[in-house]
This record gives sequence, C-alpha cells and structure tokens, in this order.
Amino acid sequence: MYHYTEEQLQSMKKVEATRAERLKNLFPRMSAEEKDTVLKENHPDYIESAYETLKVGPNKGDKVLHELADLLQGRPRIRDYQINLDKPDYDVDVLVIGGGGAGSSAAITAHMGGANVMMVTKLRIGDANTMMAEGGIQAADKENDSPAIHYLDAFGGGHFAAKHELLYKLVNEAPDAIKWLNDLGVMFDKAPDGTMITTHGGGTSRKRMHACKDYSGAEIMRTLRDEVLNRNIPVVDFTAAIEIIKDDKGQACGAVLLNMETKEILIAKAKTVIIATGGAGRLHYQGFPTSNHYGATADGLILAYRAGAKLLYADTLQYHPTGVAEPTQIFGALVTEKVRSLGAQLVNADGNAFVYSLETRDVTASTIIRECNKRNKGVKTTDGVGVWLDTPMIEQLGGEGTIEKRIPAMMRMFGKYGIDIRKEPILVYPTLHYQNGGIDISADGQSGVENLFVAGEAVGGIHGRNRLMGNSLLDIIVFGRNAGSNACEKAKTVKVGKLSLSHVDAFEKELAAAKISPKVSSPRILPDYRRKDM
Amino acid sequence: MENFVNVYFFGKKYRVPESLTIMKAMEYAGYQLVRGCGCRNGFCGACATIYRIQGKQELKTCLACQTQVEEGMYVATLPFFPLVKQVYDIEKIKPTEQIMMQLYPEIYSCIGCNACTKSCTQGLNVMQYIAYAQRGEYKKCADESFDCVMCGVCSARCPAGISHPQVAELARRLYGKYIAPKSEHLEKRVAEINNGDFVKLIEDVMNKPVEELKELYNKRDIEK
Repeated sequence: MYHYTEEQLQSMKKVEATRAERLKNLFPRMSAEEKDTVLKENHPDYIESAYETLKVGPNKGDKVLHELADLLQGRPRIRDYQINLDKPDYDVDVLVIGGGGAGSSAAITAHMGGANVMMVTKLRIGDANTMMAEGGIQAADKENDSPAIHYLDAFGGGHFAAKHELLYKLVNEAPDAIKWLNDLGVMFDKAPDGTMITTHGGGTSRKRMHACKDYSGAEIMRTLRDEVLNRNIPVVDFTAAIEIIKDDKGQACGAVLLNMETKEILIAKAKTVIIATGGAGRLHYQGFPTSNHYGATADGLILAYRAGAKLLYADTLQYHPTGVAEPTQIFGALVTEKVRSLGAQLVNADGNAFVYSLETRDVTASTIIRECNKRNKGVKTTDGVGVWLDTPMIEQLGGEGTIEKRIPAMMRMFGKYGIDIRKEPILVYPTLHYQNGGIDISADGQSGVENLFVAGEAVGGIHGRNRLMGNSLLDIIVFGRNAGSNACEKAKTVKVGKLSLSHVDAFEKELAAAKISPKVSSPRILPDYRRKDM
Repeated sequence: MENFVNVYFFGKKYRVPESLTIMKAMEYAGYQLVRGCGCRNGFCGACATIYRIQGKQELKTCLACQTQVEEGMYVATLPFFPLVKQVYDIEKIKPTEQIMMQLYPEIYSCIGCNACTKSCTQGLNVMQYIAYAQRGEYKKCADESFDCVMCGVCSARCPAGISHPQVAELARRLYGKYIAPKSEHLEKRVAEINNGDFVKLIEDVMNKPVEELKELYNKRDIEK
C-alpha cells in the first residue's frame, strides 16, 4: 500500500462514493467556444511571460519559449573543440541523426533503396520517445472510416493550422504504414478473424487507434531496431551531432560528432542528412516535468536553425493531461491516454467529474490546470498538485481483467509502489509531452536547407498547433519512410563540394550584431540532474 | 523533514533521500549519467541494475529508474551486456521449429535453473517463454515475452549463455508477420488508396475555406 496523506485518502473516499453515479452520467462534451475560453485562460502556450522574441536567424521576430531561445541563440558547442574537416572519419550516402522510430524507419527505407546509410545517436538505438508511446497509432482502415475523416479530425484537433500537404500525406499513407509494420512483424492487437482492435483517442471521430497492448511504441521500436540490425546498418551510439556541416554550395553534407564518453570529435561526411532527433521535454519548459526520454533536448532544431532552416510553430508544446502526480518517484511519467479511452474519468478533490474523458489533449490539460488553480479543487501531492484519474471504472465498464489485459505497463508501473490501479484511482497532472512545432519541411521531407531532411517529432507543421493521440507514432513511420526514401534518391545525384562551417561563423556574427551574449552552449545534448548545491 | 538512507554505488557510500529512485539517487550523489539511462520510464531497458542489501544473501535485479533506494543497498549498474543477436532476413525465414535451432541453438542447452525468471526486471516467466521457443510455439512465446524491455539481466544470469530477449524478439516477429491472422480490411484499404480512391475526398476537405471546415469539424458525427 502506498503511503498517501490523510488528505489524499479522504479525497479518494469521495471519488469512490461518486463512482456509481458518474458511471451512469457521463460529463458532456464542451462547445467550441468553451474550449477556446478554457485554452486561452489556462493553457501554458498562452502565458506570455514565458516567451521572448528571437533576434537572429530564419525566425527572427517570432516568439519562442525562453529555454529554446537561449539555445537557438546560444554559443555553438563546437567552439569548445578543435575541428578539422579535412579528413572525415565517416563518408556515407545518407547520415541519419537520431535513433528513435523516425530515424530507424528512415534508415531502413534508405537502405532498402540501396543507399549506404549510417545512424548516429546520443544514447542507444531505441532509447527514444517512440519506445514509451503507449496508446497507439491511428490509421483509417475500417469500413466506416476514411483518410478524409482522419484528415478532418487531425486538422480540427490541431486548430486548423496543419500544413495541408503534410497532413494529406500523414492520413493517406497511414494504412500503408500499418501494413509495413505488420509485415515487419509488429504484433498488433487483433480479433481472431484478423480485424484490428481499434479504439478512440482524444479528438477522434472514428475508432482508429491501433495498439499493441500499452506497449505500442515499444513493440514498434524494438521491431524497427531489430530490422536495422538485420540490415547491418552501422549505429554509432553515445555520440551527439553538435553541428551540421555544409559545403561551399550551401548544401548540408554531414555533421560534427562528439563521442560523449571520450569527448573525441569525429567528422561524418554525407550526401544527404536526415535530422530525426525528436523532441524537447528535457528542456522542462516553464518548469514542467516531462514524460520524455533523457535525450529530448531539441538538438536537431538548434542544428538546423544555425544551418539556416526555418522553424514552424516552435512556440507550441503539448502538455499531456495525465502525467503521474503521485508517487513522487515517477513524477511526470506518462499515464497513457488509453486509460481514458477505456473509460477512466478525471475527477477533482471533491469526487466530481469536470471534463468529458476524450476531449483533445490541450483542452483536457487546460481543464486540469483550471481545476487545480482557479477552482482550487486539486489534491495536494508531494511535488505539487493533481486530480484523480478513476481507473477502477475501467474494470466496471470492460469487465474484470481489462486493466491487466489492455494496460499492463500502467498496472506494473504503479504496482511497484503498492498502488493497485484496478482498485484505487491515481493522481495525475499535465506533463510536458510533445513538441507540436519544429523544423519546417516540404512534402518531400526536406527543410529549407538543401539536402537536409527532417522526420519525426523534430518536424513542425504536420499536426498544426496540437497533436492527436496516435498521430505521432504514425508520423514517425510515414515521414521517416518519406525522408529515407527521398534522401536516398537525392543522394544518387548529389556532388558534395568543400566542407565548411562558415555558416556557424556567420551566425555568430549575427548574434554579435544583435548584441546578444549567449547564456549557454548549444546544443544541450543532455540535461543535468546533479544536486544543485554540489 | 526528508529521511535519508545509506547506499553504495559501486561500493562507495552515499547518503541520499529515501524517496528517490536508484537513478535519481545517483544523480543526487553527483553522477552525470551518459550510459545506463534512456527513457527514464521503465520501457527502454537501459538502466538494468544489480544490487544486494547489506547483510543479505540474495542478489536482486531491477531497472534503476523504477526502483526506490533502500538502506544498505549495494548497487552495480549493467549499462551494457553482450547479447547475441543473430542476423536474418525476415522475408526469407519461416516460422518453423528449425529456425530457432539454426539461429539460437543454445536455447536447447537450458538446464532449467530458472535464474532468468528469478532475475527478470519485468517479472516475466522467462524460462517458460524459452521453453515455448524450443518447441516452436511462437504465439505462446510471443505473448509470454511481450512485456520484455530487453535489458539483458536474464542473459547475464544464464549459465547456458542464452540471449533470451533476442530469442523472444525473433518469436514475436515470426508471430506478427506469419502466424497472426491477416487483416483483410487493412489490405483492402491499402489497395483502395493505391488506386487513388480517396484523393478527391481528401482534397474536397482540404480545399474548403477554414470557416466551413470549422463548421464541419464541430458538427461531425462521432462513432459511439
């Protein structure tokens, strides 16, 4: 049994007392106006003091969060090292930076196309947000559904801001992405006749969420990793890309690499480069905890920006409504949206529901913040405040055993701290989850810099200003394959000129001209969690 | 007031708050982790750890990001373990009993000591899934091993030199690709898309003015 406080236990009793009533009367959906209001008044994206205006680079004049601005306008980390571009340590067709789902899909696809591919990653292949994606992957492959309906769900959920050509690709190629994974051997949840078991996610109008229990991302990631290894694609791990190299024609043609253990500098030359570096949760924007992996520090955005690529919607982040608020040991870890898909409600300290279970993530997170701040109906926790997620409802709705069968990872994670989610509700609060924006690309996956491709969470514009559950696992596959295939084709005709880092010199001159004295070295590479008073 | 416990990282003593996980305690003690830390949420298997509580005999295993520190805990991390991963072409192999014999013959040297199961950081019945693999029962092997994070602790404890997580990975891919029932609706939809069946439908939505799209979105019918 977990040691809840007396106040928490009292509140838990209220949740139990109202459960039967809440099972009968679902909380109604919000109107469009109500959603707008709750977002503007509560969502962290609307807190102006958290933002500042960029003074240099392709997005000069745009607002981004302070933490990102410091890095985008930071001191290039390569200045700490002697860099010699004359003798590259690696010379390949396609260089993939990042070892998650997008990077792996890209590498496999480029390899299938005949390219000599290399992957470089800060941690190991698979130590990535993909591995932790629990809920599922969307694709309109059922009779009552169509890519057009998927399009409308995603476009509306993203506040009508997605780039048409990117979203078109995402939804239209979704079924083929599922088929590709299935044919690689990913074990999707299926009925005995082969029909995919699909559920709703927040903001979906059809049940199109495919899953592999609540290890969806893990099952996809370990399959992709196995395939990368089967193809003998070299994976250089514990090595960070710290600058993009361009040639005298302004084309991207490699990266400066840093062996994080020995601090040795290595030069990778390539005909095309794919940035698949993922998100930024470990920058802890606005002090939020994060569900992201250890290396999620927006490095790809920094590298691409200094190389001259424009960012799109870099000001918008996704705060997943249900991060762990208690126990403190796993504060900020993700509680999958699938818990709500299966019927668990969000409930305040008095035991009252306050939001329909499957509004979009930004709206749901905003209502939790409102409940805890403005309405003072939160439950005090070790690290702050939270609301209840009434998991026992799942067993009552779906029958005994549903939790163990459908969300075993959640049951295990809480079980380790003596919390049986089948019997007790859990405490949650929004956690920094996803970078909605990123590097602007065209439909072929290329950024504003010639031969610099981008895939996965590092891309901006696929989802607009908010992403639906299940569209991220989808985008890493669709846009990973897209980037891999196009980078491979492009590499066949590229003539690489003289390697240069003069764009970095130029960027520093811009910084000086704008009278910015950098506060930090960038990219960040890893967060520093050592005790502060050391 | 925060309570503290004494823990030993690689034999060296540190005093750390008792509420921390092993991973956070190492950081509290001053380690800037590079290896042995990945997703920090119990999914990637990067932080496999072995420990023994002072004065006790039993050698325990865990994931450092998912386990709270205890008084007298002697901790050694296992950031890398040399698993054997056989290379194969998923398009060419078949889900026969022979394939395990060809790729991972050492599974037949299992002596039944059950050290793998006892050491599993996910609480899986590892020896059982290896038994299923030996018999070519890939569905059972796949299901039994499904929650594996491939941390490799089982293999570190195995006297027969079996790389259990890789055996299970092969079984899952064989099951997913060859044995699981085919999804006809998926094949059908992919064929329709390749035929261009949805191009006009999506373009119709895409080309509408935003005001009209908002109306459509807010009034769309939602499957029960």
